[in-house]
Amino acid sequence: MKGNVSRDWRRWLPPRHWLITAIPYAWLLLFFAVPFLIVLKISFSEAAIAMPPYTELVEYVDQVLTINLNLANYAYLWEDALYVSAYLSSIKIAAISTLLCLLIGYPMAYAIARMDPATRNVLLMLVVLPSWTSLLIRVYAWVGILKNNGLLNNFLLWLGLIDQPLAIMNTATAVYIGVVYAYLPFMVLPLYANLVKHDQRLLEAASDLGARPWRAFFTITLPLSRAGIIAGSMLVFIPALGEFVIPELLGGPGNLMIGKVLWQEFFNNRDWPVASAVATVMLILLIAPIMLFHHYQGRELEAARR
Amino acid sequence: MSNVRVSTTAKLFLLIGFVFLYAPMISLIVYSFNESRLVTVWGGFSMQWYVALFQNQQMMAAALRSLQIAFLTATAATVLGLAAALVLVRFPLFRGRTLFSGLITAPLVMPEVITGLSLLLLFVALDGWIGGRGMLTIWIAHVTFTVAFVTIVISSRLREMDTSLEEAAMDLGANRIRTFFSVTLPIISPSLAAGWLLAFTLSLDDLVIASFVAGPSSTTLPMVVFSSVRLGVSPEVNALASLLILAVSIGAAVSWWLMWRAGKARQRDLQNAAQE
Repeated sequence: MKGNVSRDWRRWLPPRHWLITAIPYAWLLLFFAVPFLIVLKISFSEAAIAMPPYTELVEYVDQVLTINLNLANYAYLWEDALYVSAYLSSIKIAAISTLLCLLIGYPMAYAIARMDPATRNVLLMLVVLPSWTSLLIRVYAWVGILKNNGLLNNFLLWLGLIDQPLAIMNTATAVYIGVVYAYLPFMVLPLYANLVKHDQRLLEAASDLGARPWRAFFTITLPLSRAGIIAGSMLVFIPALGEFVIPELLGGPGNLMIGKVLWQEFFNNRDWPVASAVATVMLILLIAPIMLFHHYQGRELEAARR
Repeated sequence: MSNVRVSTTAKLFLLIGFVFLYAPMISLIVYSFNESRLVTVWGGFSMQWYVALFQNQQMMAAALRSLQIAFLTATAATVLGLAAALVLVRFPLFRGRTLFSGLITAPLVMPEVITGLSLLLLFVALDGWIGGRGMLTIWIAHVTFTVAFVTIVISSRLREMDTSLEEAAMDLGANRIRTFFSVTLPIISPSLAAGWLLAFTLSLDDLVIASFVAGPSSTTLPMVVFSSVRLGVSPEVNALASLLILAVSIGAAVSWWLMWRAGKARQRDLQNAAQE
């Protein structure tokens, strides 16, 4: 009997499947892919006092077609030290925060994966729950904790550990705390999804053969969880690189991040072409991490399929 | 096999992690009941900030607008996400699949400033077609960035689903449409609900993308909150945050209970089936 049943997936499809493909495909192409081309285009134009505030690239006047490719925006980004240092400090902040998330998130994911299934689900929900409330509000909560007369300083003063308030607010430390806090769940989830699939018999075998728990961890568990580590790290690193809310609310003038620079170019200076050039360079920097994320995410999905 | 003990160190890490995640939220709730305007000085219990919140016309109007956008976003994103998930899971090969799966994963990580700026520039370019910037443009932007999340939620359920049920329905003579609506859809419905809720909260929380694509008359709740917290700590925002945390906790408790009940029922069915 069973041999007769066709294994062809297509048989179980709802009909008109080209329509099912076309609608989401067209939506994402129009509203996600095409806009990047427009950003690229406008990054080559000149700021103008007009609406929209930039010049056209292609002009056709008196039967003369002129294409104006203005590279000045990119030259400006390169020459002005502000932009280069903003890119570098964003990469640094995102990278260190990713590492901190990994150091805190890995043991958490590991512990959750070892619990019995009922406890697992509750703990997992507790990890996800904060990210269902507004990021803005959770970052704002840290303002009340970290500022000079905030909860943390009051607590430490009360304990007698410090004589005068620590200046944490508006420093790089505050930005790190904010980024790690906001993105920790995105590290824990893929790590958990990976770790929970591990075959515990491998560790038993290692222990039977005389390996200490730490040795077994470094030779078995850690290499096996590579895909989860990379997926989680990219889920933290990529959005953190362009973060705006956290440096704006917790950081000081010294903690420039590129997302904040883009925001200011757009909203404060109203220079759309420079903002577009900033976005284009950021995208170029992110292509490799996004491909890496896509690869490992795809692999996890393939693995789940089997 | 859970006979490997969870070490005390791991449990300690878990505890520290949860304190780190929850302490800020608890401090928000506690200080929302504070009499004093100074958020960090305890001046006695008071509900005045909740009263002030509900009397704040600007915030209430923005909240209503945000809820409307979130509702419409979640609904559209669930429909598009269901279609995209079917494409990803059930159509293994077609031309342009690589690009399609890229279009699903990239929005998951794309920095919000880039998505916001690029969509705004598109809307400006389409000016004559879309009309002014306002709720429509915010809705389009929100659907675009939430579809990816909904697709991931639905496709993981679709992937682990037992296709023999669909095969059985087809063998019993149901056509594809009937099979889809009376077998497939009910089975994956929990993931549709989860995806809808995820899109709803993502839309409700979004500040950056909405700031780019909103017009002057379509301020959303996060935009109002942002402009008030930028000036410093504001107790009304604490009250708002506490209400939001309450709503999310209730939602989480209900969904946990539903999951628990479904798990129980499944276990009972399995036992009954084993006995027969």
